[in-house]
Amino acid sequence: MVMFFLKRAALTVPTFFALMFLTFIAIRLVPGDPVEVRTGERGISPERLAQFRAEYGLDQPVWKQFADYVWQLLHGDFGTSIVTNERVLTEFFQLFPATIELSFFAMVFAIGIGIPAGVVAALKRGSLFDQALMGLSLTGFSMPIFWWGLLLIMLVSERLGWTPVSGRIDLIKYYFEPVTGFMLIDALLSGQPGAFRSALHHLVLPGIVLGTVPLATLARMTRSSMLEVLSEDYVRTARAKGLSPFRVVGLHALRNALIPVVTIIGLQVGSLMAGAVLTETIFSWPGVGKWLIESIGRRDYPALQGGILLISAVVILVNLTVDMLYGSINPRIRHGR
Amino acid sequence: MAADIADHAAEPVLRAAPGPLRSFWISFSENRGAVFGMAVLAFIVFLAVFADWIAPYSPIDQFRDFTKLPPAWDAGGNWKFPLGTDALGRDTLSRLIYGARVSLFIGLAVMIVSVLLGVTLGLVAAFSGGLVDTAIMRIMDLIISVPGLVLAILIVAVLGPSLANTIWAVTVVFLPRYVRLVRASAMGEIGKEYVTAARVAGVRRLRLMVMTVLPNCLAPLIVQAALGVSEAILEAAALGFLGLGAQPPIPEWGSMLADSREFIRSNPWIVTLPGLAILVTVISINLMGDGLRDALDPKLKRS
Repeated sequence: MVMFFLKRAALTVPTFFALMFLTFIAIRLVPGDPVEVRTGERGISPERLAQFRAEYGLDQPVWKQFADYVWQLLHGDFGTSIVTNERVLTEFFQLFPATIELSFFAMVFAIGIGIPAGVVAALKRGSLFDQALMGLSLTGFSMPIFWWGLLLIMLVSERLGWTPVSGRIDLIKYYFEPVTGFMLIDALLSGQPGAFRSALHHLVLPGIVLGTVPLATLARMTRSSMLEVLSEDYVRTARAKGLSPFRVVGLHALRNALIPVVTIIGLQVGSLMAGAVLTETIFSWPGVGKWLIESIGRRDYPALQGGILLISAVVILVNLTVDMLYGSINPRIRHGR
Repeated sequence: MAADIADHAAEPVLRAAPGPLRSFWISFSENRGAVFGMAVLAFIVFLAVFADWIAPYSPIDQFRDFTKLPPAWDAGGNWKFPLGTDALGRDTLSRLIYGARVSLFIGLAVMIVSVLLGVTLGLVAAFSGGLVDTAIMRIMDLIISVPGLVLAILIVAVLGPSLANTIWAVTVVFLPRYVRLVRASAMGEIGKEYVTAARVAGVRRLRLMVMTVLPNCLAPLIVQAALGVSEAILEAAALGFLGLGAQPPIPEWGSMLADSREFIRSNPWIVTLPGLAILVTVISINLMGDGLRDALDPKLKRS
């Protein structure tokens, strides 16, 4: 068991190194002088240029530069933003809770609706509900979520006036220092009446937009996994034994049907991060996705470089965790190759 | 005389078992959704190919006296511009039609390049094994570990936003799935007897790869490629929406949406139509892809 965990964790080490190499190379491929790219300055005097080259280690051989870069990263130095002059790591961790909060809500939405809907569709295979759900799932799966976000803003926010258009909370009415960085929790901690409600109000629409594609995927997966399990012998035995349909479905079938679904939930993290970039941009949600896009607009390459590295690292770590959890639940995975 | 015999010989065979194309069509057309998707897609392709004759105006002509018109049937609409105009007075219908050309071109280009590269790398990995195999698969693992859109953003940010770079960026993102697919199915085939037989018969390696093994890996590849087109279109539209895709005045659906964002309150039509075009195209390709999967790859058939 421990060996499996260690082996699996060791496999990610080369990936991390390759990732560092990728971001290291990427910033070198940006057209223009590397000093200009990194300082955001243009037409620098030769003396200053030489000074910067020495400061950034650009006068060293490339392998040495890469070694230094890795060394810095391993010491938690992800560079400094050109625009805000703040450490990239600090900025990232200030913004990341907003992204986690949004993604978490999106997944709760997707799981809360997707799994029950998938189960019902499988139980009533071929019914109108089943067909409608599969149609909707296909639509959700094919949805350009940036457009979906705009549509919902138009309908729910502008036309009906139910939810705010952007941001995380009504900043005019409520202000408090962030404690956890999670607006819902901070709003509760602040003790200001109505703050929690306002935060939730801001979260609903972006959460639904980000949760749409996972919802479609989960509903479809749950349905087909459930259909497969329902035709298994042990389910027939349970039925023949005279167990109530509720027990058969809830106890025998569902538990086994959910195994592949849980894996899919874990694997959604990568696409959630990608979706967060779009959702945060549409709803002006101050998370790492919006920050990434803004860094490109501001030509803030250190922030872009560090941000992509950190986001990918998070995805790799979450996938690793899912793998390990899965391995500890399912021995077949552990002992297989 | 010889022709006569051939004719007679061919006839009963045809009756006994339909040819591969026909039997494909029989199982494909069982799926009504797939046929519908194909019909819609055929219409969109038709629009894209004959855009020069069908579109009422050039996609970049600006009619400054008619800016931000709603569709003709809406109050204040004008039948000269059936689907209205955008903020610069460009005809929305024409831009949507030319946009189909741009989006389908991106989708097809990404698919063709990534299939070609993916087949090459996948076959090489499967046949070489050892260090080459490990190197190729590690690189693919790396690409997969970065969230797709984020990687595409990095590539475009580095290379600069343009239509060509969009295609490259999305191709890199999609490459691993083709490589993995081809490698896995080629590995499955390599151990089989017909491959050993061909090898013993002295077939050269390249021929063995391309002529002997590859045809037997095609079914899942075709399905993946069809679905890959729709995903590429979505991904490219997302890049366009973020301002990192095709640059103005190219009528790309994603960037049309981005341009229209500020008019969300005043002119909802300008926002609605390009997104609807993306959605319809992607759905019809996905419907067709599902039908292809059912017809070509019974193992993958979804319940």
